[in-house]
Amino acid sequence: MAKMTVITERCKGCGLCTAACPKKIVALQKEKRNKKGYFYAECTDQSACIGCAMCAMMCPDCAITVEK
Amino acid sequence: MAVVFERPKSLIDVPTHYCPGCTHGIVHRILCEVIDEMGIEGDTIGVCPVGCSVMAYDYFNCDMIEAAHGRAPAVATGVKRTNPDKFVFTYQGDGDLAAIGTAETVHVATRGENIVVIFINNTIYGMTGGQMAPTTLPNQVTQTTPFGRDPKLAGFPVRVCEMLSTLTGTAYAERVAVDSVPHIRDAKKAIRKAFENQKAGRGFSIVEVLSTCPTNWGLAPLDAIKRLQDEMIPYYPLGVYKDVTESVFDNVQGGNE
Amino acid sequence: MERNLMKGNEALAEAAIRAGCKCFFGYPITPQTELAAYMAKRMNKSGGVFLQAESEIAAINMVLGAASTGVRAMTSSSSPGISLKSEGVSYIAGSDLPAVIINVERGGPGLGGIQPSQADYWQATKALGHGDFQLLVYAPASVQEMVDYVVKAFDRADKYRMPAMILADGLLGQMMEPVTFPEINPDAYDKSGWAANGHKMQREHHIINSLYLKPDELENSIVERYKKYDIIKETETEAELYLTEDCDVLVCAFGATARVVKSAVNDARAQGIKAGLFRPKTLWPFPVKEINEAAKNAKALLSVEMSMGQMVDDIKLAINCSKPVHFFGRTGGVIPTPAEVLDEIKKIGGNL
Repeated sequence: MAKMTVITERCKGCGLCTAACPKKIVALQKEKRNKKGYFYAECTDQSACIGCAMCAMMCPDCAITVEK
Repeated sequence: MAVVFERPKSLIDVPTHYCPGCTHGIVHRILCEVIDEMGIEGDTIGVCPVGCSVMAYDYFNCDMIEAAHGRAPAVATGVKRTNPDKFVFTYQGDGDLAAIGTAETVHVATRGENIVVIFINNTIYGMTGGQMAPTTLPNQVTQTTPFGRDPKLAGFPVRVCEMLSTLTGTAYAERVAVDSVPHIRDAKKAIRKAFENQKAGRGFSIVEVLSTCPTNWGLAPLDAIKRLQDEMIPYYPLGVYKDVTESVFDNVQGGNE
Repeated sequence: MERNLMKGNEALAEAAIRAGCKCFFGYPITPQTELAAYMAKRMNKSGGVFLQAESEIAAINMVLGAASTGVRAMTSSSSPGISLKSEGVSYIAGSDLPAVIINVERGGPGLGGIQPSQADYWQATKALGHGDFQLLVYAPASVQEMVDYVVKAFDRADKYRMPAMILADGLLGQMMEPVTFPEINPDAYDKSGWAANGHKMQREHHIINSLYLKPDELENSIVERYKKYDIIKETETEAELYLTEDCDVLVCAFGATARVVKSAVNDARAQGIKAGLFRPKTLWPFPVKEINEAAKNAKALLSVEMSMGQMVDDIKLAINCSKPVHFFGRTGGVIPTPAEVLDEIKKIGGNL
């Protein structure tokens, strides 16, 4: 049981987290943007998250917290 | 559930001014993780000179000094010499460290100044909009090398770790990258080691971090990461260039003693 | 009090150490080298820091670093070296840091020469670096005054959180005279409210900075600094007035030149010409009130300098161009003689 949370308003939509995720369950929004206009990252399948925190380690904006 | 990953305490909880995908944020974070893990925020003074990271004083929660372009090693020397019990680091870009501040860089190292230099090498001047840096690769297009850097006109890139590792005062020189999670882990270990060196008084430590500049490279963030891996790492090999186990001043007899 | 016979450059160094200067960063240049050599001998042994930097640029930035942590710091150089330091001086001013800079002037421009000069008056008082700022500029005329003004420079730099300069010249630097050292309290000012020396997790982090990307914020910071300058202009001016009460010809000179002028004024008096001397001891702030007092009965003024007349404009502005201001100077390292100055006084006196 693990969970990654994106602080949506801190996300700049760079997508580095999407490539870092070994489970390929992090993706950029294709429709919704945050207030700054970025397509933010989100977890597409929380049940598959293993809490490895690789997405968070790759995030340049400390926009991801991970719980396990 | 327990939190397994969150922002380090010494990194102030504000959005940064860095572009999307810029790896400054990663380096800031791992530096602050080291500061937190060593419990030294209250005893650390950072020096950030001109460059994209000049405003890092808004992000690092330790005491901070903004320095002129290239002068951070001199400023840090003034801080460290008068506060030898404090941890002092500089955070410098490639134009700053290897062009306008080359003299300061070489001499802070050869003096064995007991400080940590974090050197961000992204092969370009970011803040001024993408001009040729001393580390710009041959044939790399920048605003001031519009047809690609021609070494016959603009010289060759500077390999900083290799150069500084020839100096006796350098205790530790390692080149790392922040293109992947394993490399980020290595980078953090290197920064930790540099600070441990300072704690032990071993001499000058530099960690060169291969970084990206998606905006001025004209690449999407993930493509920029790929360029770092495919073009930068072959030219700037990762690894430890110097690592003394004791102090660089061991067996030195000084006139003041 | 104990009197010591000391060379000007060495007296500057000893006074700085006694004033609580904890570190000296410098780079060799004639004619101030004895100062650094003296520091090298004394500083590390008295618990301070002497460091020969790789350049003047590095030296002034080391001063900036040390000053940022609340430590009394200084550097010294001579004219060409001061030009190199100007970047750092501007950053020190922009960061509201106290620091002391000594310029033992030599002739310029370019590499110039190594003989005494006062041709850095403009640089010191108008443009020692980019941007809107001033530094306190003291112009001693004896070895004793060099001691006294080093002490004052450290004090006022701390008081106002700004750079202060001793504008000396090769003549004063190389001259030997007896001096006494005053009692000094180097810890008169509390710097804990701004110094970046590690917050120990007990306060907000301190930032030493001169960058303001928003124009209104930069403007506000400068306007605040200029309010401080207004107070300094009101309270910190100093000058010597010698035989000015009844003088027809008021001769204006600072530093070593004023010593030559004083002889010429005495000679003129002996010949029946009512000459007087106005000697600014602070060049910035310029002693406006004092020169107007000195010039109240004068019919003409004469500025004598070891330059092509860099102080003349300040004199004219100070007296609002109310009287003719003449100039006599030697430059390039040539020291004017009392006889030359007397001739000029006689020329002006004879035409009144």
